[in-house]
Amino acid sequence: MTTPEPVQVGLEGLGEQQVASVAVADPVSLASRPGNLWRDTAKSILRQRSAQVGLVLLSVLILTAIFAPVIATHDPLEPVAFDEGLDASAGEYGPCIHLFGCPEDRPEHFFGVDRNGRDVFSRVVYGSRVSLYVGVLTVGGAIVIGSIIGALAAFLGGGVDNVLMRIMDVFLVFPALVLAIALVTMLGPGLLNAQLAIGIVAIPVYSRVMRASVLSVRERDYITASRALGESRRGILFRRIFPNALTPLIVAGTLGIAGAILDVAALSFLGLGAQPPLAEWGSMIALDRNQIFNAPWLILAPGIALTISVLGFNLFGDGLRDALDPRLNR
Amino acid sequence: MLQFVLRRLLLTIPVLIGVIFVVFSISRLLPGDPCKVALGERATEEMCADFRTRYGLDESIVTQFGIFVGDLLHGDLGTSITYGRPISDMLIERMPVTIELTMLSLTIATVLGITLGVASASRRNSGVDVGTMMFANFGVSIPVFVLGLILSFIFAVVLKGTPLALPPSGRLSAGLIVIPLAEAWGVPDLEGPLRVVLDFVSNMYVVSSLISGQWVVFGDAVVHLILPAIALATIPLALIARMTRSSLLEVLGQDYIRTARAKGVLERRVVLSHGLRNAILPVVTVIGLTLGALLSGAVLTETIFGLAGIGKTITDSILGRDYPVIQALTLVTAILYLVVNLIVDVSYAFLDPRIRLE
Repeated sequence: MTTPEPVQVGLEGLGEQQVASVAVADPVSLASRPGNLWRDTAKSILRQRSAQVGLVLLSVLILTAIFAPVIATHDPLEPVAFDEGLDASAGEYGPCIHLFGCPEDRPEHFFGVDRNGRDVFSRVVYGSRVSLYVGVLTVGGAIVIGSIIGALAAFLGGGVDNVLMRIMDVFLVFPALVLAIALVTMLGPGLLNAQLAIGIVAIPVYSRVMRASVLSVRERDYITASRALGESRRGILFRRIFPNALTPLIVAGTLGIAGAILDVAALSFLGLGAQPPLAEWGSMIALDRNQIFNAPWLILAPGIALTISVLGFNLFGDGLRDALDPRLNR
Repeated sequence: MLQFVLRRLLLTIPVLIGVIFVVFSISRLLPGDPCKVALGERATEEMCADFRTRYGLDESIVTQFGIFVGDLLHGDLGTSITYGRPISDMLIERMPVTIELTMLSLTIATVLGITLGVASASRRNSGVDVGTMMFANFGVSIPVFVLGLILSFIFAVVLKGTPLALPPSGRLSAGLIVIPLAEAWGVPDLEGPLRVVLDFVSNMYVVSSLISGQWVVFGDAVVHLILPAIALATIPLALIARMTRSSLLEVLGQDYIRTARAKGVLERRVVLSHGLRNAILPVVTVIGLTLGALLSGAVLTETIFGLAGIGKTITDSILGRDYPVIQALTLVTAILYLVVNLIVDVSYAFLDPRIRLE
């Protein structure tokens, strides 16, 4: 893949009408035109190759999740193999794609049929909904609580800061998955409890990021300027400090979604997360893990889907960081 | 130096107390009756009353915490419900596997990770660089349990019959046993702490077969560890390679590197002696931090490859709802992590004199 010229990438990001007006402007004045914060940000993000690839992968994931009922060929929860008269011992549970030479009289199953006779392709497609929902919601919750704690620590300072951050330190000492397992065993297995556990374990990360960025933003000259102009404390907090402290949080959050998807899938794999018959990638792998030696596609299909989703968030997060981190400005 | 180490040790104590408190609270403060969790949903009221008295659960929460800490100080981690054995005995048996596995993984990850990182930083944007970074991105994205299953499929099924075939589960081939060190060295009646240490080392099959000269067993034990170690090493390897690359790139951009090059120092020497030496500190941090990922990953890796270490004990205990075991092992892994990070912090002081003086 070749890296497109920066200006071209910028043009691709604009609407048709704008392209017409921009096309005559020379690149230098385009780059230095003030007042296009959002567009500039979007442009510098799209200039990152990892962000481009990540965005493509994420689009695939999101579109699959939205159009799951259209894409799926079967009901993800309905055992169909028996009705179709498939014989597992004759190897008929394997993938069957007519285009690739599978006999026309056999019913088509792109990724084969699982041990319970359900269509694996449809289950993988519907699984995208669970993973997306789990990742975004878990990290969203952890970010809200974590950033409140971090912001409080940074603002109040002194004893409160010390106590809050030492508590966060304690949670960071636990290997994430191990603490999550301990929490879920006590709360009881289930997707919601797994999300709760992973969310709780992630809170310290975001509180630290938020605290650090609030502390650094607070010392900037424009905050002093706002204060001198008589802006209220609350105004400074919500209109000046918060938006500027958000950038690192967005980056950490995007990368955090990748981690959350992995961890919840791991909990489901261990039987602590999603419960049958829900089509969730981790629990699909757990269900058929003993089939790895004779029906590897049952593991590969959800496994590759998981890897691609996580890769998408990781790459996009990396791209975001490179684009938004002022220290890396080129 | 000594003062620095002592100060770091003192700073660890409050965190350690916090860790113990968190583990304690998970069992006592979360919703869910510990009796029902321990004895099962069908436990009668009588059984529960008996259970509460036995474990001091009817005392005040402060007294309970006191008892919990007191037991810990005596090395009493509780009793497994499933096995009816002291958890500390199970640890002596099972921790050695986890230590062998994580150490081998960490070695693979460190050696390969730094090598790849240096290779890609010194040839920026080359094929090696792009390949390494693609591998690194892939490595942090593939779930450990998926990678483990795929590896065992490739090496035990696809490559079966070739010299590259590797066993997908267990610690030794059928029929092989490790003679415990106490017996190998002719002191089978040894008692006390020395015996505990000997048994602990004996359970590290690779180490004990090596020092007692059981070569066949040694080879077999190593071969059984390769697949799980590779699966477990992937994430740390990717993280270490990435950190080495970015840290080295930053250092290589500095003026004194240009000076060294201008003086005509060999490129190899510039990168390794002038560059890597100064770029290594953040890499050491990452190596320390990946131990958390390694311990988390060990839970999944040991489960997939059937290695009876701490991780597999945790997942087995989930099925048996053996809560005391999960609680104790959560505590043990956290303390392990704490100790390793203490060591990492102290090693900074060795690597970078500036930290000592702060």
